[in-house]
Order: sequence, then structure tokens, then C-alpha cells
Amino acid sequence: MTGWVLDGVRPLGAPPTTLYVEDGVFVDTAPAGAQTYDAGGLIALPGLVDLHTHLREPGREDAETVETGTLAAALGGFTAVHAMANTEPVADVAGVVEQVWRLGQDAGHCDVHPVGAVTVGLRGEHLAELGAMAESAARVRVFSDDGHCVSDPLVMRRALEYLRAFDGVIAQHAQEPRLTEGAQMNEGAQSSRLGLAGWPAVAEEAVIARDCLLAAHVGGRVHFCHVSTAGSVELVRWAKGKGWNVTAEVTPHHLFLTDDEVETYDPVFKVNPPLRTADDVAALRAALADGTIDVVATDHAPHALEDKETEWAAASFGMTGLETAVSVVIAAMIETGHLDWAGMADRMSVRPSRIGRLTGQGQPLTPGAPANLVLIDADASWTVDPRQSASRGRNTPFAGRTLPGRVVATLLRGRATVLDGKPA
Amino acid sequence: MTPAPTRPVTGDPSAARPVLEAPDVGRALTRIAHEIVERNHGADDVVLLGIPTRGVTLARRLAERIASVEGTAVPVGSVDVTMYRDDLRLRGIRPLEETEIPPDGVDGRVVVLVDDVLFSGRTVRAALDALSDLGRPRAVQLAVLVDRGHRELPIRADYVGKNIPTSMGETVHVLLDETDGRDGVLLGPADVSRPTGEVAR
Amino acid sequence: MNRHLLSAADLSRDDAVLVLDTAEELAHLADRPIKKLPTLRGRTVVNLFFEDSTRTRTSFEVAAKRLSADVINFSAKGSSVSKGESLKDTALTLEAMGADAVVVRHSASGAPHRLAHWIRGSVVNAGDGTHEHPTQALLDAFTMRQRLGRVEGLHVAVVGDVLHSRVARSNVLLLHTLGADVTLVAPPTLLPVGVETWPCNVSFDLDAVLPKSDVVMMLRVQRERMYGGFFPTTREYARRYGVDGRRMALLPDDAIVMHPGPMNRGVEIAAEVADSVRSTIVEQVANGVSVRMAVLYLLLGGALTDVNEGAV
Repeated sequence: MTGWVLDGVRPLGAPPTTLYVEDGVFVDTAPAGAQTYDAGGLIALPGLVDLHTHLREPGREDAETVETGTLAAALGGFTAVHAMANTEPVADVAGVVEQVWRLGQDAGHCDVHPVGAVTVGLRGEHLAELGAMAESAARVRVFSDDGHCVSDPLVMRRALEYLRAFDGVIAQHAQEPRLTEGAQMNEGAQSSRLGLAGWPAVAEEAVIARDCLLAAHVGGRVHFCHVSTAGSVELVRWAKGKGWNVTAEVTPHHLFLTDDEVETYDPVFKVNPPLRTADDVAALRAALADGTIDVVATDHAPHALEDKETEWAAASFGMTGLETAVSVVIAAMIETGHLDWAGMADRMSVRPSRIGRLTGQGQPLTPGAPANLVLIDADASWTVDPRQSASRGRNTPFAGRTLPGRVVATLLRGRATVLDGKPA
Repeated sequence: MTPAPTRPVTGDPSAARPVLEAPDVGRALTRIAHEIVERNHGADDVVLLGIPTRGVTLARRLAERIASVEGTAVPVGSVDVTMYRDDLRLRGIRPLEETEIPPDGVDGRVVVLVDDVLFSGRTVRAALDALSDLGRPRAVQLAVLVDRGHRELPIRADYVGKNIPTSMGETVHVLLDETDGRDGVLLGPADVSRPTGEVAR
Repeated sequence: MNRHLLSAADLSRDDAVLVLDTAEELAHLADRPIKKLPTLRGRTVVNLFFEDSTRTRTSFEVAAKRLSADVINFSAKGSSVSKGESLKDTALTLEAMGADAVVVRHSASGAPHRLAHWIRGSVVNAGDGTHEHPTQALLDAFTMRQRLGRVEGLHVAVVGDVLHSRVARSNVLLLHTLGADVTLVAPPTLLPVGVETWPCNVSFDLDAVLPKSDVVMMLRVQRERMYGGFFPTTREYARRYGVDGRRMALLPDDAIVMHPGPMNRGVEIAAEVADSVRSTIVEQVANGVSVRMAVLYLLLGGALTDVNEGAV
């Protein structure tokens, strides 16, 4: 089979039309022998691109593998993911990023773009071989010590400067380490009541402010991972207003959940950065709507069951997110009127591709462009059941919730990776 | 653990019919007081222990009557049986009542347990257990205002104000001036809100 | 009352008064020849202590034994269960042993909540991390009622390391429920961000608060806090927030001084205060047994299922 006729589809929510796919690209007439798919009323968006995914391989294959993580990504409507560097061994040399890249190719559910570590072993001391990773088969452009902050201002400065040579970007995990020693949850009314060590907003904001200034000073490119506070939004808005090369992401869970969830002490709600207040959620939604925050990134962080079924303080940080991202963004942004479908495509496909310097992703659904696309049934709803997930991680904070919208199909360069909501 | 209200009058008293009027209650208590003195050849060794709530009121009244007959002040106390009940796990939590043992204790004395209604005998069984943790009386006797039958244990009263034949489902309401504003005993129809076999109080 | 006692907030005013009334009756048991009741015969109470606390564990043990429960002391500290992930395995073990109640002390806030999620029996929080210690608050309220005749309307100053204190959290909640007026007194570094949302007042000035206080509750301050930069030296802490003879003289005549123990004499409390007639420290220990008996009776004494069912 060489092509598709997608009948009745609504590109970016526009009135129903037909899309044609042949040999991996969109074309303007029905190809011979194409399979017709009844996409009546389904929303078509360019295949989603995640800037922030933990695939855990190599090292923690009990939590996730490239195979299971990318299948989860495809089921969530993604055609490309950026695999974070905090694996064991750390992706701080060309060999590891190439291994991850090849595992992604072999799995074939979506493109896997490895993220390289900024510093050796994520220790924040010496720069990793950033150039070697950039020139490897994985062609790394996004570098991050995610899970750890590049907290030393001099190391951060050098990294930002160094990456200019090959247009790389630092995805900074903004967390001032001293201000968050032992921190367990957002510092505020809830932490005071629950007796959990507080994680102040300023620990994130201070690093964001510093790194905006550093990026401006050296002319580098900085991207802020998972911003979570209203104050961070203000700082990014200020830096963008100056014309500096600053971008930011927000996770679906920070757009939807607050620290009230921690009341049960169920570590499924334990995440870094922590869930914040309703005011923060409102500010993040508004910032994503007005473009201050550029993208939604899942920070999909699967964990083995035993790392989550513990008392709060002993549990690992992180939530799964690939399979729920579309629904959560619909609930938080589309249904609330903050974004339309074109806006969702921009924040979940176009801009993340641009930040990651991906050429074959985030393109319009027009003839000649690679046929990367997701079909969404906006009228459907579903109840999240962790046991049904393709990811090995069962740590979704949305378990038991009924969410709007379902991914029906995902095409990766014309090949269905998901069809009728199931792996193709 | 929302507690049961303290010794409620259950059922619908308006549907109940009187079986003892106030003067009958008074006469019954006077007779029991005389019987206690007679049986024990005086009241010197007697201690009256009421089972809360109405049993304590009755014990006080008996003490007054004995005092007016004998001129002796009989010690009065109370023994709460809640913690000794065998039906705790079948029912909701009960708040505790007061246990108050007269200063000279019960060792070597004749303890007369006083309760309003004798039914299954389980309350008295619990009271006997409680008493054995509180001391060692020379003898224990039982006085009740009403014996309604249906014993489930080998227990009988030494002094009975009135035997009232009842069916299992019926309810007996003892009213006392101190707690209920008037004296009397009412026999009411079955109380559907109460588990079968429940001791009516 | 819920099946569990995890937080002082689990107690409504009626619940709390019921616990105190029940404890008052049970306190008389100490004067009787046989200090034992048959009420919880055949029930199993497990003391699951992940932290050392001989005082609290013994208090619960005596309470359970006086109610004729079987008591199993499951000391988890230093054994294989001190590692985090096995809390669940421990819970499943206790479940298999048929524990009717688990009294748990843990260094992690919220550990009792997790435990309650995994087992069918009742869970009693005997102190979790820097969160709560509800039976301590109950015995403190009991002690106030015993000494001062009431809790409602009392002015209670809670002084010291509020930030790390489970005693403070439980007391603020319970005393508020019972109608007392609580003022927290501490250096700003030892008050949590968010304390302004608590149902109490906050002051940094102990001398200003004492003359208006019926009760002063001193919290233990650990010397290690000095190294965390919470205050410069223990000497400065004692000078600003400790209670000594001079400060005791600022109190109204019948005011009492409480301390949950163990005390740091010379830091938060001077010996002359700890040993004075105002001090309730010894009574607090005795009252702990009565209050814990009341809690165990009220949680376990009733029906096995929802205790509200079948209540007359």
C-alpha cells in the first residue's frame, strides 16, 4: 500500500476536507491504490513533537524502554520525541546518544532525538563532549542535565557560549539546589499543613532570571524546561520582551493539577518541579495561550512501581504523560478557550520542532510536506486506566479521571503507527 | 464513631401504653427497699450500685427509702458496664458512663446491683464481670424495676418491682422524674430501628 | 470519627470531646485494684515504630494492654524495613498477621496515610515526620481541661520550632476545633511559609504573648537546627524564645507550662520552670495512657464494619 485518502478530516479544526498521502508526503490528488480511511469529523494536527521525554533506556529498562516509550508516544499522537540524557550510563558521549538514536530507529514508532547531557555525568562540573554529540549520527541539538540544574553560573555561561558553534540549545532544569535541599512539594499553605519540606517558587525563578541574563550576555540560546510558577512566566515574558533568545515549555500536568492533590500523600503526585497553586496554573495557561510559553512538553517520567508505592519522601519524582498529553491539553486549553486547534498544533508540533531544529517535523499539512499527522476525535472521552497504558510506567496522576479527546490515528511519514486508537 | 445518644428512649412513646403509673413505681420501690432490709437483716453491709443511667437514679431512690426505714445511710455508687459488654462489636461505639465506687469500697459487703429493666441478662452479666474487677463483695444481689422475661443467661433478680410479660419485639420504656420529667413504665410496639434481641432500656 | 486517626483534623468537635470524656472515665482505672478492662480481648494492636520513641511506644502499649488487646511491637528501625520501599511490604505483613490496629511512628510525613491505604485495620498516627501527632494533641487538651477546667476560650501560646513540629500542627488543629485561641511564637525561620493560613495567630515576641496566655506549650528545639541556619546559637535561641523564671513570672497566676518531652533543659525550658508547680510535664505522660486507651476503644471497640452502622 502506498498511500492514504483521509476522508472528512478537519485539518487544524477547519471544515471537513480530504487529505491525500503518497510515499510519505502529502499530495493533492488521490494516489493509485490508496487506502481510504473514514476520518469524518476527526481533527488533524501535524504529528506532535515532545521536547522532553524520559525513555529510561539504557539503564532502567524495568521502568521504560525505547520500544515501550515510543509506542506510548505514538499512541499519544507524537511522531517525534526528545529522549532525556539522564540514563545509566548518562547520555554524555556520542556512543550513548547514537545507541538511543538507533534504538529509536529500530522501534519505528516515532522519531527519537536524543538529548545530550550538558555536563559529564550530569554533575554540573565539566562540559560533556557537546560537539561530538552534535556531529554524531544522532545530530544532537538539545542539551540538558534535566533532573539536575546546571547551577554553577560559570559552567552555564560556558555551555551557552559553546553551543553557538552548532546552534544548540540548553534545556535548563531551573532549580536552585541549595533552596531545594530535601524539598518535597510546593512551598505554601499546603506544605505547611502537610509537613512536607517546601520547594519555593523562587528556587526556579532565580535560575531562570540568571540564565536569561547569561543567554543575553553571551548570545546563546536557552530553553526552560517545565516552568511551573507565575513568577517564571513573568521572567520569560520580560526576557522575550528584550528580544533575547529564550524559550520555555510547560507540562500538561502543570496546566491541570495543583498541590491540593498532595493531601493524599500519594506519590503519584510527586513531581519535579512540584505541582503548584491554582494561581500558577492560571498564569501558565494564559502564558501558553499568548505564546510566552512556547511549547507543551510532557516530561514523561515513567517509574517502576516500587519507586512510587512508598511513603512520599522515599518516592521518585515524576509522572507519565505521553498518552494523556492530548487529552489534558484539550481539557486545559481548548475547552477553556485559551487555544484553538491551530494553536495546539503550534505549541505541540511547530514550535517544539523549531526549538529542536528538526526539519522533517512540525510542518503544515500541505502537499509536499512529510506526512506526519495525528487524528483526534475531539468529541470522545475516556477514563484513564494505568493498566491499559503502553508505557511501562503506571504512574499517571490522571488515573481514574475522565478526559476529553482521543488519539485515533498517527501517521509517521505516511506510515500508520496508530490506527483506530491501537498500535498499527 | 458517632456515639449512640445517652440511653435514648427508643421507639415512639406515643404509641406505647402505660403498664405502671407514677404511684405504682413509688410503691414498687418502697416494697423493694423493705425487701432488701428484710433479706439482709438490716442495711449495715449493703451497698447499692446502679447501672447507668436509670439504674443509678433508682439506686438513689432506694437508698432514700432505706434511710427513712432504717435510719441508716446506705452507700450508693454506679458501675458502668460498657467496657464489659459482649455486644460491643455488634453495635456502634458507646460513650462511657460513670463508674463510682463508694469510698469504703465493696470488699466484704453485700452489693445490690440496681437496673431499670431485666431482659436478656447480658447487662447484668457484664455488671458482674465489672464488679469482680472492682473488688470482692460478700454477696451480690439484683434489684430491677421491671422484669420483662426472655432471659438468655442463667440470671434472675432478687427483687422485682413488676413482672411484665412481653413479646420479643416490644419495647419497655422506664420513665423517671429525674431524667424524663415523670415516673412511669410504658409498653410499646416493636421498634423497627433496633436490632433484634436488643435490650430495651 | 473515621476508621483511622491520621490527623487531628479527622476529629470533629463532638469526636474530640468524646475522646476526652472517655479518657476521663478511663483515667479512674489507674486507682482501681485491677487496672485492666476486657474490652479489646482478641484484638491485635501492632506498634509499628520506624523511629525510636520509647515513651510513645510504651504509652500505646500500656493503653492497649489495659484494654486486653494483644500487643505486637514491630520495631522497624535498623532492620530491613528502614528502607523506604518496604513500607508496603510491612503493611502486607501486618495485614496477614490480622492486625486490627496499627500504631505507626515514621520519619516521613504522610507514611500513616499510605499505610491506611494498604491495610484494612485502623491506623493510628503516633507521629509522622514533621506532620502530625494527634494523640499528643489529645493528651495536651486533656491536661488543659484537667488543670484549667476547660479548653474553650483558653489562650494557648505554642512556642518554638513550629516548622519541624508535628506536635504544633496537631495542637493548632485540635485546639482550634475545641475553641481555644492559639498563638504561635517562634523566630520567623522556624515558622513554615503558609502559616498565615492556619487557624491561629503568630508572634515573634514571647514577652508580649506571655501575660495573655493561660497555657504555654514549649516545643523541643533540636540543637542541630543551629547548623541549618535557623538561629545563630542555642544561647541566643534560649534568650529570645526559652522560658525561664523571669518569663514565668509574666504569666497569669493560674497559667500552666506544658512540654511534650523530651526536654532540652536550659534551651527552650529552664529547670526552674520544668520543675515548678505550673509544669504539667509529668501529668502529660500519665494522661497519655488514658487518652490512647480512649482512642483505641473508640476506634476498635465498636462494630467491625462502619462503626456508624447499627448505632442506636
